[in-house]
Order: sequence, then C-alpha cells, then structure tokens
Amino acid sequence: MALTSKDQVAEYVAKQRRRQELLHYLVTFASMIVFTVLAFIAVALRKDINDYLIAFFIVTMAVVQVAFQLYYFMHMKEKDHGFPALFIYGGALVVFVTVLAFVTMIWI
Amino acid sequence: MTTHAQSLAVSSQRKGFLHWLWTWITTVDHKKIAILYLFGGGLFFLIGGIEALLIRIQLAVPNNHFLVGSEYNQVMTMHGTTMIFLAAMPLIFAMMNAVIPLQIGARDVAFPFVNALGFWLFFLGGIVLNTSWFFGGAPAGGWTAYTPLATEYLGSGMDFYILGLQLSGAGTLMGAINFLVTIINMRAPGMTFMRMPLFCWTSLVTSALILFAFPPLTVGLFFEFFDHIFHANFFNTANGGNGIIWEHIFWIFGHPEVYILVLPAFGIISEVVATFSKKRLFGYSSMVFATVLIGFLSFMVWVHHMFTVGLGPVANAVFAIATMTIAVPTGIKIFNWLFTMWGGQIHFTTANLFAIGFIPTFVMGGVTGVMLAVPPADAQYHDSYFVVAHFHYVILGGVVFGLLAGVFYWWPKMFGRMLNETLGKITFWFFFLGFHLTFFPQHFLGLMGMPRRYFTYLPGEHFELGNMLSSIGAFGMAVGVIVLLINIVVTTAKGKRAKGDAWGIGRTLEWSIASPAPEYNFAQTPLVKGIDAFWKEKMAGNKKMTPAEPLGDVHMPSPTVIPFLMSLSLTLASFGFIFAANQAGKPHTGGLITAAIGIGLMLLLMLIHSIKDDHGFHIHKEEIMRIEKEAE
Amino acid sequence: MSGTENAGLQAIPNPEKATLEGKNKFLGFWFFLGGETVLFGTLFATFLALRDKVASGPSAHELFSLPLTFLSTIILLTSSLTSVFAILAMKDYKAGAMRLWFWITVLLGLAFLGLEIYEFHEYLGEHFGFTTSAFSSAFYTLVGTHGCHVLFGVLWISELMLQSYKKGITTVTAPKYYVAALYWHFIDVVWVFIFTVVYLLGILGG
Repeated sequence: MALTSKDQVAEYVAKQRRRQELLHYLVTFASMIVFTVLAFIAVALRKDINDYLIAFFIVTMAVVQVAFQLYYFMHMKEKDHGFPALFIYGGALVVFVTVLAFVTMIWI
Repeated sequence: MTTHAQSLAVSSQRKGFLHWLWTWITTVDHKKIAILYLFGGGLFFLIGGIEALLIRIQLAVPNNHFLVGSEYNQVMTMHGTTMIFLAAMPLIFAMMNAVIPLQIGARDVAFPFVNALGFWLFFLGGIVLNTSWFFGGAPAGGWTAYTPLATEYLGSGMDFYILGLQLSGAGTLMGAINFLVTIINMRAPGMTFMRMPLFCWTSLVTSALILFAFPPLTVGLFFEFFDHIFHANFFNTANGGNGIIWEHIFWIFGHPEVYILVLPAFGIISEVVATFSKKRLFGYSSMVFATVLIGFLSFMVWVHHMFTVGLGPVANAVFAIATMTIAVPTGIKIFNWLFTMWGGQIHFTTANLFAIGFIPTFVMGGVTGVMLAVPPADAQYHDSYFVVAHFHYVILGGVVFGLLAGVFYWWPKMFGRMLNETLGKITFWFFFLGFHLTFFPQHFLGLMGMPRRYFTYLPGEHFELGNMLSSIGAFGMAVGVIVLLINIVVTTAKGKRAKGDAWGIGRTLEWSIASPAPEYNFAQTPLVKGIDAFWKEKMAGNKKMTPAEPLGDVHMPSPTVIPFLMSLSLTLASFGFIFAANQAGKPHTGGLITAAIGIGLMLLLMLIHSIKDDHGFHIHKEEIMRIEKEAE
Repeated sequence: MSGTENAGLQAIPNPEKATLEGKNKFLGFWFFLGGETVLFGTLFATFLALRDKVASGPSAHELFSLPLTFLSTIILLTSSLTSVFAILAMKDYKAGAMRLWFWITVLLGLAFLGLEIYEFHEYLGEHFGFTTSAFSSAFYTLVGTHGCHVLFGVLWISELMLQSYKKGITTVTAPKYYVAALYWHFIDVVWVFIFTVVYLLGILGG
C-alpha cells in the first residue's frame, strides 16, 4: 500500500506503535508468569535447597516482577512520569526503612 | 397583619442566615476553605489553650486538688492531641489554602472538591474527639496512646481518640495530595520550581511528608482499633502481640509530623523576614536544599523518641547521629534569616516581631533537641519536664510563632482589612514574654527531676518556684491571645481597608491582586520573570504583573454539599464503631450496624459524585472587568 | 454521543492527559498510590514482626497451600493484563473493546475474591480466627486489607463501565478509566509481595 497523505503516514506509525506496545505487554505478562512459576517451584523444592537461598531468590523474583508491572503495565517508562517515579521510590524507601526496623528492632 | 409581616421578615432573615450557612458548607473556593480552616483550627486552639491553663492551675502549687488523677490525665491528653492535630495542622492548612494558589499564580487548587472534603473530615474528626467529654470521659493515655495502657486499661475514651484521629488524619492526607498536585501542575507561566516563594517549597515538602507519614498512623490506629473493638492481638502480649510495634509506628509517623508542622512555619518566616527587611531572601537555593534535606532526614530519626526502650547500642547510635545531622540544614536556615535581615530596612511590624522572636526561640529548642539526641544523656532527660520544655520551644516557639506571623502578615489578604498594629504588638509582647516565662523554668524543673505527665508534686522538692513562674507565664500568653481576639473583632467591625499590596512592600504574587482576592484570583494569569516576581515588576516601574494571556471568561467549579455529607456519613460510622466497642465480649451489633450504614452512605455518595458531572460555571469577561475596576 | 465506537469524532491522542483536570487526576492518583505503598509497607512490616507469634494457633506452613495461592496469583496477574488491554483500547477510542476487557478484569477480580473467601472459610474451620494469635491478626489484617482493595476495585470499575455505555470515551471520562486501571495494577503489585512474603516465605517457614 502506498502511503499518499501525511495522515496516512501518522496513522501507520501509530498503528505500528500500538502493535509494538501490545507485544511489550504480552512479553511482560509472559515473564511475570515465568517469575511466578519459578518462585513457586523454588518453594516446592524446599527440601533440597537452602532455605535462605530460596527466600533470597523469591524476594528477588517479586521485586523484578513488580518492576515490570510498574514500568510496562503502569507506564512508568513513558515520559511525564518523573514525579510518579519519585513518589513511588520515596514510598518504597520509607517502607524499606520500616521493614528493616521491624525485623531487627522489635523486642522479644 | 403585622404578625404576618414580622414572621415573614424573620423567615427571610432566617433564610438569609441559612443561605449564608449553606454557602460556607458547600464552598469549594480555596480562599473560603482557608477561612474555615482558620476558624476551625482557631476554635480548637482556644480549647487546647484552656486545657493548658487548667493544667497550669493544677501545677501552680504543690499538692493541689484542682484537677487530679484521671481528670488531669484527660485534660493533659486532650491538650496535646488537640494542639497537634486539631490546632496546628489545620492552621497550617489555613495558610496553605489562603496563599499557595495566589503565590504560584493559579486560579484554583487542583482538587477543589477533595480540598473541601479534607476540611470537613478534619473538623468533624475534631468534633468526634471532643464529644468524648460527654460520653464517659476523654482519652487519658497521652497524645502518644502507648499500649497496653491505651488499649487495655482506659475504657471508651481511647475509641474517640482512635476514630477522631482516623477521620481528621484522612482529611489531612487528602489536603496534602491536593497541594502536591496544585504546586506541581498549576504554576503560572515562568514560575519555575526555583522561582517559587519559599513558603510554596516548604508546603510542597510538608505535603510529601504528610503523604508518607500519615499512612503509618492510619495503620497504627487501625491496630489499636482492632485490638480494642474486635479483640485482635497486635499489642496483646498474652497471644504474641508486641507493644513496641505501636511505639515504632507511632514515631515513624510522629517524628515527620514535627517537621510537617515546622516546615511551613519556616516558609512563613522566610516570607515575612524578607518582606519586612525589603531584601531578597538570602541564600534562596540553600534554603530549598535545606528544606528538602530536612524532609528526607525526618524519616530516619524516629528512634530518638525510643532511646530508653532498650533497642541496643547500634540502633541508638545510628539514630543519634542521624538526629544530630538535622541540626545542619536547620542551622543553614537560621543563618540565612539573619543574613536576610543584615543590612536590610527592617520594619518592626507585628508579623515581623513574631518572625524575629521566632529565631532565637527556635534556636533554643533546637539546641535542647541536640542535647536530647545524645542517648546516654537522654536516659536522664527522658520523660522529664526538660522534654516538655524542649518540644514547647519548637512547637509553640517555632510553629505557633510562625503561624501568628503568618496570620498578621496575610490577614489583610484573607479578609481585606488590616489588623491593628498597636494591639498586635501588645499581643506579641504578652505572648513572647509569657511563653519564655512559662517554658524556660521547665528546663530546670526537668533537670531537677520533675517527671512529665504527673498531676502533682510535693512541697519541699524545690519545684515550687519554677512551677509558679510557669503558671504565671501561661496566663501571660492567655492575655496575648485575648488581645488578639479583641483585635480581630474591633478591626472586623471598623478596621482600615487593605490595599492589594497591603504592606506596600510585597514581593510575591499574592500582593499583586486585590485584597481580599477576587473569586477567580487572577483576572489574567501573570507571567513570572524571576524570584519575587511582583517586586521585579515594581522595580521595572510597572504597577501590575505582565499578563500571560488575554482577558477572557474564567471557568469555576460549582459549590457542592457532597463533601460535607461524606464527612457526616463517616462521622456516623465512627460513632457506630465507638458504641460497638465492648470491653467484655463481642462488639455490640447495634453499633456495628450503625457503622455499616455510615460506610454504605459514604459509598453511595462516592457513586453519586462519580455519576454527576460537574460542568462548573463561567465568570464572564465583563463581570471580571467590573470587579477589577471596583477594586482599583 | 452514544456509547458505541466514537473514533474519528475526536482523535486526541492520550485522552487521559489531554486536559489540566486529567493531568491533575493522573498525578494526584500516583501520589495516592505512593501513600498506599507506605500503608501496605507498614502492614507488611508488622506482619513480618509477628509472623511466628502463633500462640496456641496454627502456624503458616500448617495452613497455607501452594496450589490455591498459585491459582489466585495467576488469576490476578491475568486481570492485570486484561486491564492494560482495556486502556490500550481506550486510547484507540474503542469503547466496546475497552468495556469487554474491563468486564473480564472484573470477573477475574470476583474469582479472586471467591477464592479468598473460600480460603478464609477453610482457615476458620482449622481454628485460625482473627483473634487466635498475633500472627492471625496480622495475617487477616494484611490480606484482608488487600481483599478490600480488590472489592473496591471491582465495584469502582463496574460502576465506571456501566456509566461508559452512556458517556463513552471523552477527555472527561478517560482519566477516570486510566486511574482505575492504575489502581488495579497497584493491587496486583501488592499481591505479588503478599504471595511472596506471606505465603511462600510462610510455607518455607524460614
């Protein structure tokens, strides 16, 4: 198909972008499923593997999966997301400090 | 006939009053909400002040029987809770609502509806808390509500504390999101972040702190609520619970709260000192940096409230160092204010007197803060009057001095009338001297061993003189506040009308428009060319800001009663939960049903709000031109 | 304007951020999620502090089952994908497709809630109630708060979809659909940490 007018070019570009976005979503979804399955498998193999190693592994899987969710599904990779990112990371920092305190500094 | 005519007149008058009431209940105008916050917060400030006087009467002489035991505990708890949550917070929101949109050159806030909802939640939360006086006694566990005392031994008073704070806390959180978005998204053209007045910066950081600090409080209050009403085990040691969790959660909220209160006061001081020195604020960018740094550090220091818990030397050392670090950015600010005044033409207005009085007072509070940050020394100071003196120096001498400076400074912009300066100065001197007379001796009382929160002391322990001075000072402050109230009444009746640039030396955008600001704020959005935009224009010989757009119709949001109704339904739910609480066994069903009805109504109102589109209304160009001409 | 396809009528790209109101809603909602992050973070921290304080009640690895949690997880992850498809359709002004994907999201959310109710019911049968131990209180509060968020999301999205038949996709409605989808993703983010920290670490017992 020959692209005759400017509008058609724009439409074509937009369509390609949509297609690419769709592909991103599918890849994101597939990797999230893979991370989930890996985490569950790791726990299912708890008799054979060191517990701390599994714990470290599954928490890493969760963090990576959440990063995918934030950057692709919630569009944090797009522009105009500086303040959202700042405040999500700010919240995450407060959570990190809180969790650290609660697992190290609670009596008894 | 006459009776008929009379009754008609009465009914029209009543209609007039109801109409007046209705406009305030349904308003979404940030300038009116500012006034609501000012009077709501002012009302609770007076109540908290009366409670303070009661405390000082009881402690004036040893072995006093004016207010003993549980009664004293109730008054003391309510004094702290009221002053922090129901006086200082709303007064700060009053200033932010009155000034921020004007200072950034915006016509409105980002979420007028949410703004109104925030106010009504705060106000009704305060009412819920204070109704406890009439239903079996006020909360008596201290404003910190430590468990297990608060959850297991104090009866229904704590339910009012939990649900009252839950409501007003939700309101505060909404207000914070509103101001974050307003400041980030709605600045006038040319108003870059580094051109914003410092009050906008401190409000921005404070709002961010609220956003991160209030959710832990919400969660902590839910834990106490579940423990108290549904017999959960968060703090019940018998089933594995742990009271230290509450202390952590409370101070993860509570320490940032201190900076939430004081940062806007820093902002006000920065505006007032610069204006009345007729100079640009010294070290603007270092001020911004210090503000952001204080905000960041405020989340890393909460354990200094818990040094005597016994969390171990590592924890105590880390948090001690972090706490002392905060003195650095705060010191930067103090020096910047001093250098702003250096070589300036200082005008000793009441607002500026409060600002100048703030500086040494706050430094003293800061110095005792660093003393308290040293864990071994803190073991001595902890829970003594030294701590009471310290936090009153930073919160009364810091936050309230700042707020009073702001009230005197922006009163003409809010109400269109000047406050009387002579009466203002009388207020300042009574308040300033009374303050120091009240709290300076308390340092020594604390060092001599007088514990905090006790309702009496014995004769012959050398506590008599300090306590008597302290009580006299408290009444000095009360005189100052009464003179302020007289000032407000007198000037409202026949005060001098304020010009747009009320002080004649205004630097920032709010002084470039009429006093009080018209409903649409700016007839034309101003074009900002630098820091202290209005001053810059005046120096260039212009009387007004350069507009960034042609004159046109202005779109405004419609007033709505839904925020008020939403707050009422959540109030109903709160009372339901309070009366469902049953120490002995299962919660009362009637209370739970009431609570469910309240929450159901809330969801229904949210649905109505979602379905009903607000198209707002337009103020037409001709109308704006008429209003602007009248103002000149 | 009817609820049918209204492309061509207005081809404004990114209708969710086309107006100042839309931009404000977008940013304000992200900030709200920042606050929610801390809210859930505090719940997680408390849960971690109390996770082995089981008193006389059952402990995590006696209760939790891998298959059930796995099923819930897959359901919620899929619903995240369907809601992102809905937003993709919204940006193309395909109201019908948007509604379809959002309704599927709602159904998956309901399925998740059904499983959660079933799970809690099972636990109650094993004498694991809200007041059993500090662990049980922390567990039900954390997972229950998440469940309430799912419920609210289901109600919210359903209500928006019912409205969308009449109002379609405009610069007024698009920001609402967009932030509702953000909310749904956030629920999913929280669940990722719940299944990891509560269930998997619980079964691990470490």
